[in-house]
Order: sequence, then C-alpha cells, then structure tokens
Amino acid sequence: MHIVDGALSNPVVIGGAVAAVGGIAMGLRSLPLERIPAAGVLSASFFVASLIHVPIGPSSVHLILNGLAGLILGWAAFPALFVGLLLQAVFFGFGGLTVLGVNAVNIALPAVLAGLMFRPLVARGSPLQGAIWGGIGGGAAIALTTLAVAVSLMLSGDEFILAAKLVFFSHIPVMVIEALLSGAAIFLARRVKPELFADTKGSLA
Amino acid sequence: MTYVLTGDEKPLSGIGAFRAKVTALDPRMRIVMTAVYAVVVVSLSNLWVLSAALGLSMWLLAYSGLPPRKTLKRMAMMDSFIIFMLVLLPFTIPGTPVFSVWGLEASWEGLRRAAEIALTANAVILAVMTLVGSMEPVTMGHALFALKTPERLVHLMMFTIRYIDVLREEYQRLRTSMKLRGFRPGTNWHTYRSYGYLVGMMLVRAIERSERILAAMKCRGFSGRIILLEDFRLRRADLLFAAALTAALAALIWAEAAYAAT
Repeated sequence: MHIVDGALSNPVVIGGAVAAVGGIAMGLRSLPLERIPAAGVLSASFFVASLIHVPIGPSSVHLILNGLAGLILGWAAFPALFVGLLLQAVFFGFGGLTVLGVNAVNIALPAVLAGLMFRPLVARGSPLQGAIWGGIGGGAAIALTTLAVAVSLMLSGDEFILAAKLVFFSHIPVMVIEALLSGAAIFLARRVKPELFADTKGSLA
Repeated sequence: MTYVLTGDEKPLSGIGAFRAKVTALDPRMRIVMTAVYAVVVVSLSNLWVLSAALGLSMWLLAYSGLPPRKTLKRMAMMDSFIIFMLVLLPFTIPGTPVFSVWGLEASWEGLRRAAEIALTANAVILAVMTLVGSMEPVTMGHALFALKTPERLVHLMMFTIRYIDVLREEYQRLRTSMKLRGFRPGTNWHTYRSYGYLVGMMLVRAIERSERILAAMKCRGFSGRIILLEDFRLRRADLLFAAALTAALAALIWAEAAYAAT
C-alpha cells in the first residue's frame, strides 16, 4: 500500500501533504496530555500488528488494521498512523519522504472515517453485534484505503489506471481477512474489557 | 527501538555501538537537508541526472559509514514492493514499441517512466535511511522537536518508539503460547479468529499497560514538556556538509536544466 517517491504528480503530493497536516492537527486536538501514553502504546501495538503475516492460500499478507485503529483511537488514529509510517520510511525504507502526506491520508483518513461511523455501533448491543459492526468497519477501512491508493495513482496519470485497478482487485482478499480479524479482535476486547468502548463519545480508552 | 523486523535483522541505528561519521553531524541539519534533497530529487526527470542523484545517495551511504550491504538490502526490499507497478508501466504508456509480450507492446516512453520512478524512489529512500535513519530514534524525536514539530506529536512518536519493542516481545510471548497449544496457521476461519483474538489481546494489554505508564509518569511529575537532553549546535563541519550537499544539488538542477534545453 505504500506509494514511493517519484510516482505521483506534484499536485497530488502537495494536496496529500496539506491534508495530512490538517488531519494530524485534528488528531492532536483530540489528544490531551492524559491520553498520550495510551495513544502512544496503541500506536506501537498497531505498528507491531502490521508486522504480522497472515497466511492466505499459498501466500501471506501483512496486516494494516487501520480500521481497528480508527475504531479504538478515533481522530487520534491520524497522528498515530502517521508516526508509524514515518518510522517505517526512516528506519525500514518503506515508502518515501515526499509521499508521506499522501500515504498518511490514504491510510489514516479511512481509519478515522471508520471510527466515526462505526464506533457507536461497535459499542452498542451484545459483543457479537459489536464484533459484526467492527468487522464491517475494518473491511470498509481497507476498501477505502485501497480505493484512495488507486485514486492517488489515477490522478497522477492515465498510465496508472491499470495498476490502480489491479491494486484494488488484488486487495479484495485482504479486505475480507482484515474484516474477519477486526471483528474477532473487537469481540475479544468487548468481552475482556467492556469499558474500552463504554464511553461512546470519547475517542480513546 | 532495537530490532523489530526480524530476529536477527537490526535496524540501521543499531544500539549505540554504531559510531559513524554522520552521527557527529547536527541531527537538525541532517533532517532539513534530507527534506531538501528529497524535494530536489523528486523534481528531476532526466535519467542521467537521476542516475547521478542515485550516485550521490550512494556516496552519502559510503560517507555515513552505515553497513552498506544491509542498507542496500533494505532498499531492495522496497523495490520488491513497487516492481509490480513498474513492470506494468511500459505496457500502459503509449509510444514507440520496443518489444511485445503476449501481444502487448511495451513502449520506450513507458520504460523511461518506470526507470525514472525507480531511480527517484531509490535515491530518496537511500538518503533518508543514511542521513535520518542512522540517528538514535530518541535523537530524531528531540531534533524534530527542536525544528518546531508540535510537542504532542513528538511525545506520541517517542512513546511509539519506546513501546514497539516491548509490545513486540509481548506479541512473541502470545505466539509462543499459541504454538505450545498446537496452533498452526492456515487458510481457515480458526486461524483468522485466533489471529483476531491475538490482536485483540494485544490491544487490551496495551491499554492496561498505558494506564500503569500514566500513573508512573504522573507520580514523577510529568507535565508534557520535552526536556532536551542534548544541546544541538551547528558546527563548522555541519555547515561544510550542508554547503557541499547544496552545491551537489545545485549541480543536479543545473544539469537537468541543461538537458532540458537541448
């Protein structure tokens, strides 16, 4: 899902950077000092979760779990996922520097949207109902991310249309897996630590 | 952050044992120059000039004293992610045909574009890894703060860096206990549910851990202020390095303009 430097056109790169700054500012506003440790530890757990490889047929995919991050962190998922991308670029060489904004928007904006839309539903009803909504949220976030990657490629030039389509269709199994995993994770969290979602308005723990 | 990707593969910064020339330079200057470098290289499009830029990144790698093989291996890993997109380009950009595969014609223009993206991406990421990735993660946080990054974003980053290792170990403990109970991953519902529970358990434990951290920090009077442990100062060597890199970038821009004029 990482786009690299040099592939996108200037307007897309600049637009992505501006949107990312806005998203980070929004996220930081919802992060009082008291919640920074929780956000930081969760950001680290999503970083670790993204290193998990899940088997699918003969191959395997690595998790993104941005939907789950949005469901738990709300707007704070934006800076949290941005930090993860920054660390990946600098220390692992994944992605790029000028495209950091675009990548952050592509991954974090669907997370925040999933959080805003599905968090109240995840918190309500029985753990199983919450898990089903969590699964839908997790799958929707990945679908939106793939779509956003495809759109950023397509806006940069017609030559990427084929690549963009292939990115989208090849990620359909990933969407299903992320949905199943997010649902199961929400199910466990609702059973083990119900107060995690008790405060439906809050964005965090 | 010690080793995260795989057991034996340590990140470029290592654990303090690593003393390279580049670590003596002011981290703030390195971050700023890396950003300038990235913007300049992304704006180039001539293949010869881009090759020169990649050469410059290689020189940075040699100068930095980072382990070259490991660093280049990381760069190659990024290439394996984008190769798919690059391979498609010759077939999707119309132009003079070069060769054909299954009746699809590859164009010169497409090959050019693919080479352009590959060179740019590699040149930039190599410079990022050598100039910024060679820092201790904490130093990077402090330098970003000194460069006026919002305090809370820096805090968030430092917490993330601090706990990646801790949580990775927790993840491995959970995996070990799954293995002991005979869990073998495959393509089935049981696997996905178990992985989901694993992630859920990690999140629950992370939240509980963060409550303890907050209590411990409050006890020590945490007020949200970042106390800089080191005093960043621009020395002569920093100015010389920045000037040399700026001159090299100016030469690249000049060459690009000269090629465009012909």
